[in-house]
Amino acid sequence: MTIQGARWSPVWVALALLVLSAFGIVLGSAVGSTGFESWRTAMHDDTAWQIVWDIRLPRSVGACAAGALLGLAGALAQGLFRNPLADPYLLGSASGASLGVAVALALFGGSPFATEFLVRLGLTGAAFVGAVLAVLLTLVLARGVQHTLRLLLAGVIVGVVLGALASLITLMRPDVLQGMQGFLLGSTSFIGWTSCLLMLGVLLVCAALSFALSHVLDALSLGDATALSLGVPLASVRVALVCVLALATGTAVAQTGLVAFVGLAAPHLVRSLVKTKHNWMVLLSALMGGVLLLSADLLARMLLSPQEMPVGVLTAVLGGGYLLWLMYRTQTVRSA
Amino acid sequence: MNSHTMALRVRDVCVSLAGQEVLHDIDVSFVAGRWTSIVGPNGAGKSTLLKALAGLLPATGRIFLFDQELMAMERKQRAQQLSWLGQNESASDDLRVWDVVMIGRMPHQNWLAAPNAQDHAVVETALQATQAWDWRERSLGQLSGGERQRVLLARAMAVQAQVMLMDEPLANLDPPHQVDWLEQVRCLTSQNTTVISVLHEVGMALHADDMVVMQAGRVVHQGACADADTHRAVEAVFDKRIAIHSLDGQWVAVPKL
Repeated sequence: MTIQGARWSPVWVALALLVLSAFGIVLGSAVGSTGFESWRTAMHDDTAWQIVWDIRLPRSVGACAAGALLGLAGALAQGLFRNPLADPYLLGSASGASLGVAVALALFGGSPFATEFLVRLGLTGAAFVGAVLAVLLTLVLARGVQHTLRLLLAGVIVGVVLGALASLITLMRPDVLQGMQGFLLGSTSFIGWTSCLLMLGVLLVCAALSFALSHVLDALSLGDATALSLGVPLASVRVALVCVLALATGTAVAQTGLVAFVGLAAPHLVRSLVKTKHNWMVLLSALMGGVLLLSADLLARMLLSPQEMPVGVLTAVLGGGYLLWLMYRTQTVRSA
Repeated sequence: MNSHTMALRVRDVCVSLAGQEVLHDIDVSFVAGRWTSIVGPNGAGKSTLLKALAGLLPATGRIFLFDQELMAMERKQRAQQLSWLGQNESASDDLRVWDVVMIGRMPHQNWLAAPNAQDHAVVETALQATQAWDWRERSLGQLSGGERQRVLLARAMAVQAQVMLMDEPLANLDPPHQVDWLEQVRCLTSQNTTVISVLHEVGMALHADDMVVMQAGRVVHQGACADADTHRAVEAVFDKRIAIHSLDGQWVAVPKL
């Protein structure tokens, strides 16, 4: 028996998540040291306008977009690997991004070329390149995408090895530690409109591609043999899914650092509300991911105000706590 | 029923798994519109042969689906003509029964196209035939093993293929539903569908029209289920630990204690 109450209409869940996102973004534009005051006076006061329009709003919209990318990637990973514990970082993208940031900080962090380089490419670029290279390395080690288990193992190996290399760089160059810490804990503090537009653009592309591939994920849920027998071009579909997964994860990680649990928890939260096919699953997981990271960002800004908590810490605590509760509730219902 | 048309012809087929040849020089034909069961002891290569027939495993030699070479057929065309029901087929607990069966219509649908009225009608018929209609709105996770198996059978039937390949389709089914399955197979063959199934229960396999008997990766006998030669071949591959007798006009396999 599955969790009770999982019979909501996907349309209503989508609408509810959209309303929550809009509410969260509006609330996010009002949270800060000057509170609602900036919001109220923004039309007349340039500083207040700058606070709301250039700092708070892009941060909230960006948190929502990054969460949506991770939620979508989580649903894709769980569908592709047919494993509810799969998360977007499974193919080594997180460690690759960490290594990219560590290398960038170590090479250019203290050099006279730092400013020029960081402006041109930036840590976000390094993180994205690292994430994509890590996924490519995983694909090479797994000798393609034919064997899901080999792909999974290659992802774990790449994750461990690249993570160790990033740690080694941090050990040899303690000056990069602070920069690395910010990246590893995840942060939405520095998201601007450019980042928002980039993430929203990638989200649009990834959502369209995921929607187009969703019926293949449904067939894959019946096993490789059945999917093949139904005429699914398994190899090319897997390549396409891994590309979308890498693009969504790499883009989110590059902008916000390593935000834990959103990609894993968002699809689970959706499943607890609605039982549906992958076309709705990926879209709802994206919306849920957006709401999750937006909520975590709001809490991170409000809990220790005027100080801020790293958003990744909150997502880990809240996401992990929720999954534990979900597991406990599922076991209780099953044994009832 | 056309007893002369061959639905599948297998010529000199060998299959290797992990570098080891597990099927050796298979040469066998399956008559269209009949039910053939494949039997043999564990490790005889029954499921491997069935997968090779479905084009799911790389094989040397030649396999013809009606008159077309299987591996040369377009993927979609092959999927429309060959339906596959795997052993212990996994399925996501989150999918609704209706959606699972609708997946069987994939070979007939265009990319991104919504299911049409015919797809809906076929899915309904398949669900009614397997008596799974009442659960169509439930998720798979809410069903027992036997109920899931009936839904997966409906999924395979929804393909409306001319040839159905089923690996241990009776797994998890209780005796009444095993009888229902037999009736469904009879209904399918009466509509000229070819059914090829791997069954480990020899008693159930003897209800088929024809039987392929396998041992150690080879076909050792092919014949009608009612033939005495077939019975002797089955008893031989099971080391004479079973005996086949007639009971009330049906063949039954009895263990020799």
